[in-house]
Amino acid sequence: MSMNTQGRPTGTGTSGFASTSGSSMLPNEPLLFEIGDTEHSGVDLPDAEISTSRLGGFERKSALDLAGLTEPEAMRHYVRLSRLNHSIDSGMYPLGSCTMKHNPRLNEKIARLPGFADIHPLQPVSTVQGALELMNQLANWLMTLTNTAAVALTPKAGAHGELLGMMAIKAAQDAAGQSHRRIVLVPESAHGTNPATAAFLGYTVKPIPARDDGTVDVQAVKDALSPDVAAIMLTNPNTCGLFEPQVIEIAQAVHDAGAFFYCDGANFNAIMGVVRPGDLGIDAMHINLHKTFSTPHGGGGPGAGPVVLSAALAPFAPVPFVRQHAGVLELVEHAEGDSLGRITAFQGQMGMYVRALTYMLSHGGDGLAQAAQDAVLNANYIKARLAHAFSVPFGDYPTMHEALFDDTFLAGTGVTTLDFSKALIDEGFHPMTMYFPLVVHGAMLIEPTESESKQTLDRFCEVMEELAADAKAGNTERFTAAPMKAPRRRLDETRAARSPILRWERPEELPQAAE
Amino acid sequence: MRYLPHSDAERAEMLGVIGASSIEALFSAVPAKALKTFDLNLPQHSPEYLVEAHMKALAGKNRAGSDGPFFVGAGAYRHHVPATVDHLIQRSEWLTAYTPYQPEISQGTLQMLFEFQTQVAKITSMDVANASLYDGSTGTAEAVLMARRLTRRNKIVLSGGLHPHYRDVVRSYLKDDADLECLSASPEGQGDILDHIDETTAAIVIQTPDFYGHLRNLKTAADAAHAKGALLIVVVTEIVSLGLLESPGAYGADIVVAEGQSIGNALNFGGPYLGLMATRKEFIRQMPGRLCGETVDADGQRGFVLTLSTREQHIRREKATSNICTNSGLCALAFSIHMGLLGEAGFTKLARLNHARACALADALAGIPGVELLNKTFFNEMTIRVAVPAAPLVEALAARGILAGVPVSRLEPENPNVANLLVLAATELTTDEDIAALVAALTEELA
Repeated sequence: MSMNTQGRPTGTGTSGFASTSGSSMLPNEPLLFEIGDTEHSGVDLPDAEISTSRLGGFERKSALDLAGLTEPEAMRHYVRLSRLNHSIDSGMYPLGSCTMKHNPRLNEKIARLPGFADIHPLQPVSTVQGALELMNQLANWLMTLTNTAAVALTPKAGAHGELLGMMAIKAAQDAAGQSHRRIVLVPESAHGTNPATAAFLGYTVKPIPARDDGTVDVQAVKDALSPDVAAIMLTNPNTCGLFEPQVIEIAQAVHDAGAFFYCDGANFNAIMGVVRPGDLGIDAMHINLHKTFSTPHGGGGPGAGPVVLSAALAPFAPVPFVRQHAGVLELVEHAEGDSLGRITAFQGQMGMYVRALTYMLSHGGDGLAQAAQDAVLNANYIKARLAHAFSVPFGDYPTMHEALFDDTFLAGTGVTTLDFSKALIDEGFHPMTMYFPLVVHGAMLIEPTESESKQTLDRFCEVMEELAADAKAGNTERFTAAPMKAPRRRLDETRAARSPILRWERPEELPQAAE
Repeated sequence: MRYLPHSDAERAEMLGVIGASSIEALFSAVPAKALKTFDLNLPQHSPEYLVEAHMKALAGKNRAGSDGPFFVGAGAYRHHVPATVDHLIQRSEWLTAYTPYQPEISQGTLQMLFEFQTQVAKITSMDVANASLYDGSTGTAEAVLMARRLTRRNKIVLSGGLHPHYRDVVRSYLKDDADLECLSASPEGQGDILDHIDETTAAIVIQTPDFYGHLRNLKTAADAAHAKGALLIVVVTEIVSLGLLESPGAYGADIVVAEGQSIGNALNFGGPYLGLMATRKEFIRQMPGRLCGETVDADGQRGFVLTLSTREQHIRREKATSNICTNSGLCALAFSIHMGLLGEAGFTKLARLNHARACALADALAGIPGVELLNKTFFNEMTIRVAVPAAPLVEALAARGILAGVPVSRLEPENPNVANLLVLAATELTTDEDIAALVAALTEELA
């Protein structure tokens, strides 16, 4: 089919890029060090008189060569740079397993209230009762949504939450005289952080193969379980976008073998308010506040990864945590009993707690369930609309929050998953997640989230169908040369890795020409 | 529900396209006994103004730094953040972008990270810096593990001047590790860490300015460590100090870890913060976290990409250097913009101003009967000994509207030697009136 390109939005809406590389509207922006110098500054500060320095002879002897910009120059530099980015606010961001949903600006406004932003982690607890109450309220939402006994708020990101969850499992087994349990089971479809986390704690990782339908077979888990297995790390819904149908039986088998069930909660957005992971038998699960609860991704963080814990693991929760005592809230800052100690200097990502709770209150329990249902609806809609032109790896099952395709439909076209995704850039969409999960050849993982309207989904599907038809029609160059309309064409990653340039260096003074 | 675009009619139409009878049919893989068999005991959705009122009520129960004299530091510092910084980081293109995996449409974030890495490398006088870690404390734990990989040795020695929370984080990361030596608290700036270095030592970890405010001699530490084949890890919790102090790299540090919150980032009750890490060029392949590098695109134009990802979990899985994926991107942006606004001239001025305010504070405190200033050296933070336990004293001063600092006992409750110690910080925001108010109240409380 041909694509109607008339009237395609170029400003807001679904098209992220209005201009081609190097156009007058998107000029190349020099580096800060190429436009600033050590004399210019964008701040006014008084000159300080220091009568007797207390620096003990450790004063700096050499210059830093730090470039400075005045305020108007800085504004222009960072605004210009920003325009080279795709963002949720400028267009659909269908990255599977990343949950790129709308980031409400009310969250930002609230997080900047002085009563949240301008309080110190070590000021007297009597002066931060509202902050502790907020942490308690957030904890209550998370425990209610998951039906779990406890929550550790402090992990700084999802991977940090995984680490904490596995540390809690290790602590529990050490306390029970089960230190010989050195194996962690990880399905092949798992995100790379799972095996990395297990290995970080000294565990041996044992992979569990996926069934032909992309899910984990309870029998395969039973076969892998032994007295040396500490835990299974299972993502549910899994990275193929499928709910693990035997998850309750898997949990039972794991517990029967004396091991724990760590659930990777990266995909909690699909089930919040609809399924409580505690009802499935999980012992620990991290929740990415920056995915499920709308705190901004910020170009790579900060995230937040609170971990809900079962009653068996609750005693091992890290400090600090909030406790009600005689009508006031106290902050427990030192390990008591079995607590595994401290995993970050202070109270965790308070700025993210504020945003997440604001989002929860806005949606309510009813709205969160509706959001999960809409996320699942949107993914299934994409899958249904594109099934005829793309190849679906696991048959005709309903998917959860993301639609997974493989590259069978590109066979013989000379176009790869990478090429196809890059061509999507020229149509104003961010590529989907590619080549993940690893269990599917040439995977394309699409997660629309609940934030996308039917109109945007239709537009996306039309573009996807048109691209698939064009690839099959042999218009290879459109794909292999893509992107053509982005601020940069494909970048040479091999060169970057082979001889790394990781910082700017002042160009050598040109030698004087020989007479 | 203002964040959800579909009407019920659209939902029905979409279900028709899918061929599903109801939304519940899409959840058919969920075991029946786990599917919405419960009543969520949670509030219903709420309009913006009611949510705002709820949150404002919570915020109102906290005492903000701007509410009165404020001397709290100990690893997090109250500095001015220019309005430009907060405006820029709220631009959609920065705030709502993902990790820059698609470099063609992420050059803004990538060039910023390249500039950030350059700034951090220059400030620390190290060869290379990464694109940030969660915070200074977890960065310290990562540095310790990195040193073990680099030296293939196990023994780690933590200085008694290291922030106690940082020490506790390293302890949690290295659980039950007999090769971890944590030296006892050294509030007078004393230290015998050099005596603990031997041929099995992977690294010694020294903070400067240390937790108590003292400036530590990095040159002798670097020489002693290197003489035994060990590495020197330097921790800096107040990055502004490097506007005035010689950089760790100039003294021979092998890995520098810092908390970058002071530049561009608010206190936020402890997070999100910004872990900085810099090291020598030859160590980069054992460095955790994202790295941004320069390259060219298909047209030969300069561009930037995430690179050396063969260190990372998404490629290496269980063989990765760390499990880290997310860093502190937006906090790094705030840092980079603020540092760009300061430039060398502004950064130096800011550091001088901080030191000047701290000198004024120290002189004022030293004049109070019953107050002993423990520091001969400091940057913007210092420790005093008083005749009474510091924790209730801080509470009494808080009741008078003054946040007087951090009682060391809050971090070291088991150590009776520090019960009467109080750590106080001054920044450019500390006024003469603030200091006068503190001195008056402290004089009365100690009388």
